[in-house]
This record gives sequence, C-alpha cells and structure tokens, in this order.
Amino acid sequence: MQKNEVKKPNESMLSRMVRHQMFIPVLALVILAVFNLIADPAFFKITVGQNSAGNMVLQGFLISILNDGSELAILAIGMTLVTAASGGQDISVGAAVAIAGSVLLRILGGGNSRPEELAAPIIVAFLVSCVVAMLFGAFNGVLVAYFKIQPMIATLILYTAGRSIAAWINNNELPVITDPSLGYFGGYIPGVPIPTPFFIAALCVAIIFLVLKFTNLGLYTQSVGINENSAKLNGLNPQVIKVITYVIMGLCVAVVGLIKVSRIQTINYSTIAKDIEMDAILAVALGGNALSGGKFNMAASIFGAYVIQFLTSTLYKFKVSSDALPAYKAVVVIILVVISAPTVKEWFGNVTKKFKVKEVA
Amino acid sequence: MLKKKVAMLLAAAMVAATVVGCGGGDDAKTDAPADDAQTEAPADDAADDAEAPADDAADDAEAPADDAADDAEAPADGAASGELIKVGVINNDPNESGYRTANDKDLQEMFCEANGYEADFQYSKKNDEQITFAQNMITKGIDYLLISAADTAGWDGVLQDAQAAGTQVILFDRVIDADESLYAASIVSDMEKEGQTAVDWLAEQGLDEYNIIHIQGQMGTAAQQGRTKALDEKVAAEDTWKLVVQQTGDWNADNAKQVVQSVIDSGEKFNVIYAENDDMAKGAVAALDAANISHGVDKDVIVMGFDCNKWALEELLAGNWNYDGQCNPFQASYIDEVIKSLEAGEEIAEKTIIMDEKGFDAKTITQEDVDNYGI
Amino acid sequence: MKDNIVLQMKNIHKSFPGVRALQGVDFTLRKGEVHALMGENGAGKSTLIKVLTGVYSKDEGDIFLDGKEGPVAIHSPQDAQKIGISTVYQEITLCPNLSVAENMFIGRTSGIGQNWRKMNSDTEKILRSLDIPATATQQLETCSLAVQQMIAIARAVDMDCKVLILDEPTSSLDEQEVEKLFKLMRDLRSKGVGIVFVTHFLDQVYEICDRITVMRDGQLVGEFEIEKLPRVQLVSKMLGKELDDMSDIKGEQKAYERKAGSVPVLEAQGRVSDAGIKPFDFHIDKGEVNGFTGLLGSGRSECVRALFAADRVTGGTIKMNGKPVKISKPLDAMKNGIAYLPEDRKGDGIVGDLSVRENIILAQQVLKGFFKPFSKAKQYEIADEYIKLLSIKTASADTPIKSLSGGNQQKVILARWLFTHPEYLILDEPTRGIDVGTKVDIQKLVLKLASEGMSVTFISSELDEMLRTCSRLVVMRDRKVVGELSGDDLNQSKVMSTIAGGDK
Repeated sequence: MQKNEVKKPNESMLSRMVRHQMFIPVLALVILAVFNLIADPAFFKITVGQNSAGNMVLQGFLISILNDGSELAILAIGMTLVTAASGGQDISVGAAVAIAGSVLLRILGGGNSRPEELAAPIIVAFLVSCVVAMLFGAFNGVLVAYFKIQPMIATLILYTAGRSIAAWINNNELPVITDPSLGYFGGYIPGVPIPTPFFIAALCVAIIFLVLKFTNLGLYTQSVGINENSAKLNGLNPQVIKVITYVIMGLCVAVVGLIKVSRIQTINYSTIAKDIEMDAILAVALGGNALSGGKFNMAASIFGAYVIQFLTSTLYKFKVSSDALPAYKAVVVIILVVISAPTVKEWFGNVTKKFKVKEVA
Repeated sequence: MLKKKVAMLLAAAMVAATVVGCGGGDDAKTDAPADDAQTEAPADDAADDAEAPADDAADDAEAPADDAADDAEAPADGAASGELIKVGVINNDPNESGYRTANDKDLQEMFCEANGYEADFQYSKKNDEQITFAQNMITKGIDYLLISAADTAGWDGVLQDAQAAGTQVILFDRVIDADESLYAASIVSDMEKEGQTAVDWLAEQGLDEYNIIHIQGQMGTAAQQGRTKALDEKVAAEDTWKLVVQQTGDWNADNAKQVVQSVIDSGEKFNVIYAENDDMAKGAVAALDAANISHGVDKDVIVMGFDCNKWALEELLAGNWNYDGQCNPFQASYIDEVIKSLEAGEEIAEKTIIMDEKGFDAKTITQEDVDNYGI
Repeated sequence: MKDNIVLQMKNIHKSFPGVRALQGVDFTLRKGEVHALMGENGAGKSTLIKVLTGVYSKDEGDIFLDGKEGPVAIHSPQDAQKIGISTVYQEITLCPNLSVAENMFIGRTSGIGQNWRKMNSDTEKILRSLDIPATATQQLETCSLAVQQMIAIARAVDMDCKVLILDEPTSSLDEQEVEKLFKLMRDLRSKGVGIVFVTHFLDQVYEICDRITVMRDGQLVGEFEIEKLPRVQLVSKMLGKELDDMSDIKGEQKAYERKAGSVPVLEAQGRVSDAGIKPFDFHIDKGEVNGFTGLLGSGRSECVRALFAADRVTGGTIKMNGKPVKISKPLDAMKNGIAYLPEDRKGDGIVGDLSVRENIILAQQVLKGFFKPFSKAKQYEIADEYIKLLSIKTASADTPIKSLSGGNQQKVILARWLFTHPEYLILDEPTRGIDVGTKVDIQKLVLKLASEGMSVTFISSELDEMLRTCSRLVVMRDRKVVGELSGDDLNQSKVMSTIAGGDK
C-alpha cells in the first residue's frame, strides 16, 4: 500500500495522508476489501431481490454491512462525545439499549405481552423511550461530572443493573408485537429497497454533523476534555457539558433500542445489544480518537464503526469457526489499535520522511 | 494513550460473559444413574432426619431424630392442619432468560401456603452469594433446601452443614460437584437428549440431503454442548448431512441473523436451520424473510429452535417454523413429589431425576400444547 | 571537610535544553542547623534539591558528605536515601489508607516476612521520642496534615538521615500546626540533623532558621547568617536589586491622579475565596494600570483569581462602575467585562490540542452562546487579525497551540481575552517564561490598552516590569494585603521594605 503511494510525485501529500486521522480506518477498510475481493469477487455484488413481504430489496454483503452496522454507527456518535468530554467510556450502553427497548415494548403493548394491536402510536412509545434513556444517560453523567467517578466505574452500575431493570419494566414478560409497522424500522419500508436502519443511521449522522456545525458542541466538549481548568476559566461549566454528552449518548441508545427491537419485533433482555459497548468504544479508538478524551473526529469514529461491522461480516463470511471467532477478532483489533497508537504513527511518519530523503537524494 | 487503549481491551476481555439460555453454565452431564445399592443407605438416613424437624417447627434445631419412626405421618397432618413445610429456594436471577423466568414462576406457584409450604426465595447469579444465602437459611432452620447452583464447585461445606442441621437438599436444574450422599435428589434436564430428540426428528423428515446452518449457543455452556453433540455426530455419520456453516450466535437473535444473512449473501444452498435457542431461530427467520426464502411446514427451509418460548410455539402453530425442542423449566412438580415421598418416609429410587422433555412438530402441535408448554 | 559540616556541594552545574538551571552553585550545610534555601521562581532551588536527591544527575561539580571519603555519587533517590539524605515534600507522599507504622516501614523491609508486632512497637518508640501525637496502628489519613507531615519527617529521620530536606512543608498547615512542626525541627536540630528548609514564608525563615542561602537565576547569591541579613536585604537579594543603587529608580509611569468623584470600574470589598487568602479590598479606575506584588506564595494570584471567581468565592462584594454585581463564577466575571489571563499558562490557559484559531475565539465564543458559533470564515478572519496584531509566530491558524513557543502561546491567550473587549483586564504573570522581546511587547501593549481606556491589573515577579507599567501597587505578604503604594512611594526600596515588613 505504502510503496505504491510513494511513487506519487508529492511526498508531503503522503506524509500528510499517513498522519491524517482517517488513515488507519481507511487503510483497515482497504485491506479488508482487498482481502474479500481476492477471496471472492462476489463479495461486492449487489442484487435486486424480493423480501417475503413482496418488496423489492437490494441484497448483498455490502448492503448487509450497511444494514447491520447502523446501530454501531449511531452509538459511536454518542461514545465519541462522551469520550471527548469525560475522558472515559460509557460501558452501560448495551444494558441501556435493553432498557430503552423494554420501555418501547411496554408502551406499545400497554402491559400486555401479546397485544392484538398497538396500545400507542410508535412515535409516542419511541419518545417515551428517548426520555427514559436520556434520564439514565443523565444519571451516568451526574456520577461522572459531579461525583467525579471514573466513567467506566460510574457506568458499571447501569451495566450491572440495566438488564434487570429492563426485565422489570415488562414484569419479566417478553412482549411480542405482531404489528408489521414496528418492523419497518429494523427492516424495510414497503416500496423502499434499502434497509431502514441505514436511513436512520444516515439521519443521525446528518443531525450530529449539523449540530456540530451550527452549535459549539464540538468546541465545548473538546475544551472540557483537553483542559478542564482552562475551560472553566473561559466561562464553561465542565460538569454541565459532561452531563450533556451522556444525555446525547442516551438519545443514541434510544434510537438503537428502536432498531434492535424492530428487527425481531420482541426483546431478549439478556442478549439484546450484548457487548455492543465494546464495539462502540473500539469504533472510537479505531477512528484514531484518544480514549483519554479531548480532540475528536466524529467522521472517523462513524467510519470506524462500519469498518468493525465489515470485519465482523467478513469473519462470518469466511465461516471462522465458532471457538476461534473471538480470537480472530482480538488479533485484528490488536493490530488496528497498535498501528493507530501515536508512537507507531510517529514511526510511520519517520519512515515516510526517509522515503522522501531517499527520493531527493 | 496506547496504555489506555490496551487497558481498555483488557477491560473488555475481563468483562465476564453472562450466562444465558436454558440451564447454561453448568456442566450438567447427567451423572451415572443413582441405582446402585450404596446410595440407598444415606438416602434413608437423610429421610429419617428430615422428619424430625418437620414435626416441631418451632424447635426443629434441637429435635433429635430418635423418634422419627413414630412421627412418620406427622408432616401430612401438619400440612393439613396449617403446619407448613419450610423450604428455602436458591435460584439464579429470574431476569437471566425466559427459561429462568418460567422456572422461577413455576416454583413460586408451587411453593406457597396453599400447597402447604412456607418458602423463602433468594436469587443470585454468583456462587458465593448463593452459598451465603444457603448458610443463612440453614441457620434459620428450614426443612428443605432447593438449589439451582450458579457454579458447580464449592458447595460441600454448606451441604455438610445442612446435613448436620437435618435439612434435606434437593438440587434442581443444575448439578454440583458434591458427593451424592449430601443431597436427597437432583432434578435436571438432559441437554444431550434434547439434541438427540431434535436430530432424530430431523432425520425422520427424510430429506434427500441436509444442508444445515447450525447456529450454536454461547460456546461452552451445557446447553450448547448438549445440543451440538447429537448434530455433530449425525453429520459425521451420514454422507447426505452437511453443515453449511457452524457458527455461534451467542444466544443472540441479531448475531444469528447476521450468520444466516452471510450465507444468503454468498449464495450457498441450505435447507435446514438448526438454531440452539428460539431467539436465534427468530433472528435466522428474519434474515430468510428479508431474502424471500420460504420457511416452515412444507416450505424450502426447515426451521428448528429450542426452549419452547410461547411465541416460538405460536410460530410453530402458524407453520412458520418446523420444530421446537423443550428445555423443561417446570421442575416444581418433580420437587414437590420428591418432598412428598421424603415426608412419607419413602425412599427415592433414583437420586438423579431427568425430566421429560418433548420436541414439538409444527404438524402436530396444538393450541393446548402452546398454552401448557410455552414459557 | 570541617568537623561540623555535614554536606557540601561544590560548583554544581546543570543544564536543560535551552536553560542553564544551575551555574556553579555552592551549598554548605552544617550539623544541627536549619538552613533556609531562598529564591524566587526559576532561581534554581528545586533543581539544586533534585540534584542532591538524585532525581536529576548533575552535569558538573561534586557533592561531599560527612563520613564519606571523596565525592559521593548519587544516581537515584534510593542512593540519596542510602547515604542519609531524605526529603519530605509539600505533598505528602505517604499512603493515607495504611497505618502509621506501615507508612514508617513501607519499602524498607527486606525479605517477605514481616514482624508486625516489632514494627508497631518500633514505631511507637519513634513517635514518642519525637513527641508526635499519633499511634502506630492509627490509619494515616485520620491524622491531621501536620501530623502526617511529621510522620513523613519521622520516617525520614528514622532512616538514619544526616541531611533532611523539607520542601515547603508548611504551605498547607495552619499556625498551630506550623508551631508543632517547628518544635519537631528544633528537636531534630538538637540531635544534630542538618535541615534544609525551603519556604516562601519570610516570617518562618526568621523564626526558625540559622542560616540562609539565596539563589537567583541559577546562581548563588550568597550564604548568610540570619542575624546578619535583615529582611529587606533578603528581599533585595532574592529580587536581585541592591538597596543602595535602586532607591532612585522610579517607575516611568507617572503617578495616576484620581479624578475627584470618579467611580471605579471595579470595586471589591472584603473579597475572599477558598484559596487561603485573607479578605481584601480593591479598586481600579478607568484607564489605570495597577498591580499586586509580593513574593511567590504571598497570595497575589489568589487575589486576582478571587476577583474573577476562578476559585470558589466565599465572601465579599463587587461593584462594577458603581453598580453591585454578583460574580460567583468565571462566566459572571466575563459578562461583566472582566478578562483574566491565568498565571499557569499550561494548566489553566491553553487548550493544548486545539488550534490557535479555536484558542483565540474560545472565550468570546462562550460569551456569544452555545447556539451561535462563529462561522469558519469569521474564525479565520479573527484569528488572522490577532495573529497579525500581536505578531504571533505560528505556522497557521490551524496549528495546535501546544506546538507554539511559550511566548506565542501567551500571546494567543492574550488575544483570546482582548477579543472579548474587556473593560478590565487581569494579567497574572503574562511575562513569565517567555523571551525578552515578547516581554517588552506585552508591557507596551498593556500601556497602550490603558491609554485607550482599559483598566489593567498586571502581576509580575519582576519588580522592574511592575514599576515600569503600574501606577499603583498593592503589596502582599503571607496571604494578606499589607500596603498600597503609589506616587513617590513607587520605588524599589519602598516596595521591598513593604514586602519584607517586620524588622524595620
């Protein structure tokens, strides 16, 4: 990869590119894509098919990746902000998704686990689940910001208790919603050939970029994350800003809860969105963002989320045996994280400099 | 920063996987049946001991077992006249899974005052907490201690204490590593039998070839091992049986959907989905629906699940799925029977009691089955 | 080596990239004396101590220790401890959740066994012999700070130390606690321990010390017996001004004439924060430049921080242009037209990873509001304007501020506050650690701003700069305002004698 690039006339372009935050995730994606292409060119084939409801839908690995990566991309948004402002990660995300999903089903079913029809419009149920998820986010945020508890420790509380709370919300019942309209959010809207989660993720991404552009969210969270004292002396309230990031995380959680529940039209408290927080954190790290907080690149995090999904799908595709799956993933993760470490990046930079010197000589 | 990242990964690795699914976590390989003569003697003693406390609830700790024979009928009278049998139930967290929820509900319904029991329920998914609960219960003085252990090890001491205090122990759902003389009975599922029943059913379908997507549960759990074993053996034995993919879905619907999606995207042929729990079967079906692949009775793909969730049996009833294997959470009636026998001074013929577990075929299932066996 | 000399450092040199921290410094410590090591910021006293304790390796010079043949080699703090040099720092470096005895013996036992009973009884003995009010089995954090400090000292002494270095041990203690500590120090002195005492409190120096070594700019100014060095002399030596030749140097700024009936821009009464200063009164007029002066640690920064509400304000009132206002957090101050350039540039000023541009707009952006960000174009315009105005040397407006030199970082922070167009600008040590050219630039800028009507409070540890720019000086000593000088009193000797106080 690198050697090919060196032939380009402008060396400083290369070193700039190598140092760019998107370099690692893009490189990872390219490697994965090339690997898949060599192994099976059909990997990139997209066909038009039909689903059982009779809709025209696009099918293929790439569509599956875009579809399945949606939840991760949305959570990566919240995780990036939380990481930036508080210098730590929210590990309660999966449990919070269970709560949000449970609230959604509770409202939709009206306390009945086999409702004939929806007890409330989906939008109402979704809004309630948003409020609940944001409250739990605020709870995490207050622990982190005001009680100065390490984010991972603070969110450990909800991580531990969240799934039980989710089960309690529905009296341990597992409501099944048969109304097809709930299925639209995790499946297809009739007449649209692209999976809905992709649109939801795209909408979330668009919203966060608009928010970052038209408010000072980015500047404030980064300032607080980089130098809290300085932020305070510049009139910011670091505590409030940290709590806000956790509340935004809660909102992301609620959206993911909707998609997850919609995908199977029911819920399993113990397995829904299991371990998703780890992938979300990994997405942030893969995007080259420091997990110690501060400066962040939102696009890189989101991109990182899709790279992780690409990796997961690739592993499934190659039928990596069940026992070895986590090991493969771990190896890939270690490689990715190591090459995105600052020291290695520096080394990359030096290597490119040497190339430059050679060419000049 | 690198340090932080590495620490992160370590933290991720350390987060212990929560055990889910039917009877997951224990290595509940059924012990050798307890029909050898040796086990009878301790069982007798244990039965005698247990009667003593029952006849005088207020003073049970001191009551010697001498006059046990005289009071053989006492418990029955006691129950009728409002003297309750004291049981302590130690179970796993009912929120762990639908299976556990049904299990807890079943126990709660059985061990109530109306049935002549005074029950104390304690829940934990941690072994040491469970052991503490057990110790407290024994100290407080109970007649029967019912345990679904979180872990197989570490129970010997408590069970010996129980024996010394004249408390009878009945294990349910999960076995533990302790001498058989330390408990009166153990009521368990046979996961391998569940798998065998399902594979036998599948063989009966008489397909020309079996191209199976096998979605496993969380690796290493008893349920996964048992349900995988029969299928593995069959695939190894028959030429017409082939695993298109064997992949873990971690009991998770979403993961299962991705596994099946991946096979569909690659265009490989398959005609059976063998999912080791209902959630994963549901995820698999979602992937089939998205690709307009028909499934169910007399359709292209046979869908098999386990655990008999109510909603899953409803899918069977509607003909969308083909088979669901039961993992029986209803142990209360078995336990009740054991207690009744012990109270009556009878001996328990086999210490390890394996519950009946059915496999439901979509062609023969009835609404009654759904109502009776759905959890 | 003479009999009573316990430690001698000769001709010590130490350089860091770009800085010659120690240039041929000598230091001599005798048995049974308390020896103050004095100097303002950057004088080199902490470097000297770190060389002595093996934290830094010296470039040149020799260290001799009583009882050792020839110069000793100290390569690590462990080495120093082994040959009998122990240090007790301002921050207590013990483990608060362990017992007193465990703290006394931690890291000193050999092997894996531990005789707890012996450890406890030994500790009791030491505590009693030094009259420290604590018990061996008590958890350390249940002791008062002074007692913890004393235990740290006891630990050091018990390790058979001949030289005990106390680095600002009194800064977090109250008066009674200081007394207790001094009693312990006197005990140790009588036992023949040589004590090096680093402090900013002049009163304490004159209460307990036998001898003073003064350093300035990495060089030795001299070693003096306490009786022979009056306070004002000490201050002049620390600041580098000889009393004789400075009395006539007066501020170039002409005395500020207060117009009758004019209302001060800011007037504070009884202002006090939780940073440990006594309540103070203060006012500043339109277009006035004044300053807080005093030695390091005298509370001058804490005063201006209290005005800006940078620390938690615990009392007092503030009027802006005659109107009472509530300033309880920095944003309140900013909204009232106050700007504050903090003393600790790295810790409180810059937002290191952000660009020069973002650092410049930050404060004004916060004032403007969350939902009204400056457009990118506007940001560049502003950044370029201030980069030009203050001649900030940076590759571009997008360069992270942390990669700039100290002086340029300071200019960026200055730009940040100028961009808020404050009525009252507080500059706390804006010239520290930056090159001479930039220092002059900043002073000129201050005078220019004042002539345009801005009120400025200027703090600097260099008296020259203060005299040159300020028309009125508030003098502080030991966290109290002790005087206010203006007009003809604004000369070095008067300032120094006010700072020194006491033995006039």
